[in-house]
Amino acid sequence: MSAVIKKELKSYYNSTMGYIITIVFLGLTSWLFFKTFFLYGEASMRSYFNMMPVIFMLFIPAITMRQWAEERKLGTIEVLFTLPLKDTDILLGKFFASFIFLLIMLALTVTIPISISFIGKPDFGEILTGYIGSLLLGGAYLSIGLFASSLTSSQIVAFILGLLFSFSLFIVGESFVTMTLPPAIAPIVRYFGLGYHFDSIARGVIDMRDLIYYFSVIVIFLYLTYVIIKERR
Amino acid sequence: MIEVRNIVKNYGYVKALDNVSFEVKKGEIVGFLGPNGAGKTTTMRIITGYLYPDSGDVLVKGVSVVNDPLEVKRNIGYLPEDNPLYYDMEVIEYLEFIGEARGVRKHKLKGEIDRVVQTVDISHVLYRPIGELSKGYKQRVGLAQALLHDPEILILDEPTTGLDPTQIVEIRGLIKQLGKEKTLIISTHILPEAAATSTRILIINKGKIVASGSPDELTTMAEGGETLHVILKLPSNAFSTDIEKVFNHLNWIDSFTLKEVKNNEAEYVLKPRNGEDIREKLYLLSRENDWVILEMWREKASLEDVFLSLITEEVPS
Repeated sequence: MSAVIKKELKSYYNSTMGYIITIVFLGLTSWLFFKTFFLYGEASMRSYFNMMPVIFMLFIPAITMRQWAEERKLGTIEVLFTLPLKDTDILLGKFFASFIFLLIMLALTVTIPISISFIGKPDFGEILTGYIGSLLLGGAYLSIGLFASSLTSSQIVAFILGLLFSFSLFIVGESFVTMTLPPAIAPIVRYFGLGYHFDSIARGVIDMRDLIYYFSVIVIFLYLTYVIIKERR
Repeated sequence: MIEVRNIVKNYGYVKALDNVSFEVKKGEIVGFLGPNGAGKTTTMRIITGYLYPDSGDVLVKGVSVVNDPLEVKRNIGYLPEDNPLYYDMEVIEYLEFIGEARGVRKHKLKGEIDRVVQTVDISHVLYRPIGELSKGYKQRVGLAQALLHDPEILILDEPTTGLDPTQIVEIRGLIKQLGKEKTLIISTHILPEAAATSTRILIINKGKIVASGSPDELTTMAEGGETLHVILKLPSNAFSTDIEKVFNHLNWIDSFTLKEVKNNEAEYVLKPRNGEDIREKLYLLSRENDWVILEMWREKASLEDVFLSLITEEVPS
């Protein structure tokens, strides 16, 4: 598995794509955050993490779009699957590589809590939970994005599908959708929302149900990818 | 070494492989020949464990590809069709990745890479991105990838397609050299290529193996084998129909065709019965009838004829 992880990470940083995604992510989120930060006058990153469900929706499909689509387009998927590697090694290798990429991207935002700590006294426990939550949320988006990428040989299509899938799974948990539903089923539908589970994490509370939710999304979409790759090669 | 047993593979309603069986012995260089879409690539993909057969199995060194694909993949070096490569990687990065994925130990990896780089002669492009290389060099990188773990079996899917004539000669040379120590299967849709590189030819058409044998064996297997061409000068009062009347009554020719009549010369192609040598009989016959033999020569059916007759014939189902 480590060979696949290394190869995928190299391909992120061999191309300008990896740097572009990272820099734009850092720039955009920092700007959005500090734009309102001084208005609130509160040494907290809550509003930063609150952006993540929407920001990830745009950035994560861009991270994952290449992974399977490009293998299909170049035909290298045939090289990959005739190496003596288990299918699951290849699948997980790709997932972990994109996860490490996300981890590095998020690690670089550590300048934000540091600068805040010069101005006020932030709650570092809450910030840590926020990061953990972002990784879980990101992991779920990554898994969805990889699934989207496995469906096509075009990176653009993979990006749009990834956006579409994660948007769909995000929107069902938002209040303006659940409001319109009968009260009996609204909480059930809301439970499937990607962002819904993030709200409490962003406030600093890690609930077992939220963890189970994110892990389930990751596993389900990895499994779906596995099925697609096995069927369509 | 490789035993293909009753493989069936369907793509939807299309039967790609219909009960294909054959065997490849150690040290053989098998040319896998067939028109495009005959099932060559599908067969190779099944042997290498990339695709699963719908039924049947392949044993590679006695190991089933269905039950233990990883062990089979360890024993095979594979160059897929169109030589897919990661264009944004440097050659050395690519070989390192393949080595690691193939489980070559770290301290041995450098030595193994050096070895294949020597074999395919790519030492001066090691630090170039693969996408920038010429087609011939890309093909060498593809071969290096297939050779890195020093496999006993090498499977090459159309290794010379898309190369220019000098590159083709180079790659063929490499293949010949590799054939000295490895068991090879090389697919191609070009007959001279199969004849030039392989010790045995397998012909596949519409998902079925239609013939197998050495280039010579296949030639003699050709329907009718030899033909005798003859140009006869007719007596002034005779027509070609007179000759045909005589031919019709002979029991030592299977069939004949009139190829050309020019002035009073007629060219015939005769198919001897049971492949017999009929030159003498023909001479005596023409003396009897006052025909003059101007030219006479024998023609062996070429491999090309065999190939064409095999792939155009209706495959009995």
